[in-house]
Amino acid sequence: MSFMKPSKPVGIVGYGSYVPRYRLPGEEVSELWTEGNAGLPVREKSVPGLDEDVVTMSIEAARNAMKRATGAHLTIENLQQKIGAVWVGSESHPYAVKPTSTIVAEAIGATPFTQAADWQFACKAGTEAFQAAIGFVSSGMAQYAMAIGMDAAQGRPGDALEYTAGAGGAAYLIGPIEDALVEIEGSLSYVTDTPDFWRRQYEKFPEHAGRFTGEPAYFGHIMSSANALMEAMALKPSDFNYAVFHQPNAKFPLKVGGELGFSKKQMELGMLVNDIGNTYAGSCMIGLTAVLDMAQPGERILVTSFGSGAGSDSFCLRVLRKPEHNGAVKTRDYVARRKVIDYAQYTRMKGYYKLN
Amino acid sequence: MEVARFWRTNKQRYQLVGEECPHCKGKIFPPRDICPTCDKEAKVPYVFSGKGEVFSFSTLHQAPAGFERYAPYTVALVKLSEGPMVTAQLTDVDANDVKIGMPVEMVTRVLREDGERGMLVYGYKFRPA
Repeated sequence: MSFMKPSKPVGIVGYGSYVPRYRLPGEEVSELWTEGNAGLPVREKSVPGLDEDVVTMSIEAARNAMKRATGAHLTIENLQQKIGAVWVGSESHPYAVKPTSTIVAEAIGATPFTQAADWQFACKAGTEAFQAAIGFVSSGMAQYAMAIGMDAAQGRPGDALEYTAGAGGAAYLIGPIEDALVEIEGSLSYVTDTPDFWRRQYEKFPEHAGRFTGEPAYFGHIMSSANALMEAMALKPSDFNYAVFHQPNAKFPLKVGGELGFSKKQMELGMLVNDIGNTYAGSCMIGLTAVLDMAQPGERILVTSFGSGAGSDSFCLRVLRKPEHNGAVKTRDYVARRKVIDYAQYTRMKGYYKLN
Repeated sequence: MEVARFWRTNKQRYQLVGEECPHCKGKIFPPRDICPTCDKEAKVPYVFSGKGEVFSFSTLHQAPAGFERYAPYTVALVKLSEGPMVTAQLTDVDANDVKIGMPVEMVTRVLREDGERGMLVYGYKFRPA
């Protein structure tokens, strides 16, 4: 088992999230494609506006993370000089060739002397960037590293995924433990070649293997990853105040958490899927921001992602102090800022109509 | 599309980077290297806070080429809290809810795209604060 513990302690120095304003209720999809007969996997999902994509959402989340990172000896200008990496994990980068990360780095003022890269691993692209950022900072190769998980997810019209494929995510600024809000105590990654969900090049919508996406993929990988991390750290579910799992629908995370031994109470603070849908690479990362908005010093959090193809990253985190928000919007406030749209408006926002 | 023109203005479009006059301390946006107040050289970069208020506005229903998919949308004269006036689209707001004097804040959004094969242009818009 390859347990990852940074040799030099590092932590989350700042965090920020973003959720677009628009919401599509599940009934809208169900009414159109099943005359209202389909069960709803989530109540509603977030939809990016006409002028939003992974670049713009990442910029806002990263700016929120930088606001929370500022304090007595750190200013935005200091950080802009010291951010050594801007990494964006997503499966909906706006360009096939041309980095999202350089645009985000330019917009947050971190250019030109910084590393920038786009990461891809279905829904765990964000946590793999987070994991690499821990190593980058711990090794001394960067003072601070920005790891972002963000998606404007695709679901084929009428497909089960159309109910859940949402938009949003989170950004984390990893830095030295002296500046940290949260200590990263340990991490672990578990991957196998499991083809449960994919999107071929030039295809607009992903394909999935139906029920196969459950047991061998989502449940198998999350259980293995989370159990291995707890075993490596000699911790049990009752040692954690909160647990956040990847949230493809409202049922899976509660089921996998329950099987691991976590209570609903431990999971409810980080559960956003019923309100914003599945934000793919942003899913458990934005769930964690909702926990960090409320968590108290000394509390411990388990975070476990899942990415199709397939893999799962687990993290053990301990809260050191409460954040100063400095104007950064709290996650539940983004969730509460909502305008309901109908299916026709949704198809327009998704760009399904050809105007010319 | 003029890629070079957009590239040259990245910082002002993404971050509202203008200039501050070293002589009269006036804030300048967009950057123009000569202070419009005292006519002296002004090349010191200045990052605007992004806060301001709607000075006036108009909602477009017949959008110009390249902006058709965003119509109807509202364009406003936004008076930045540091002084300068900028013209920008408003976003995340319904046209009927826009009011003169409404506090707004800058966000970076997609301004337009050059067809399916061209580049995406990002820049500042303002939303209710």
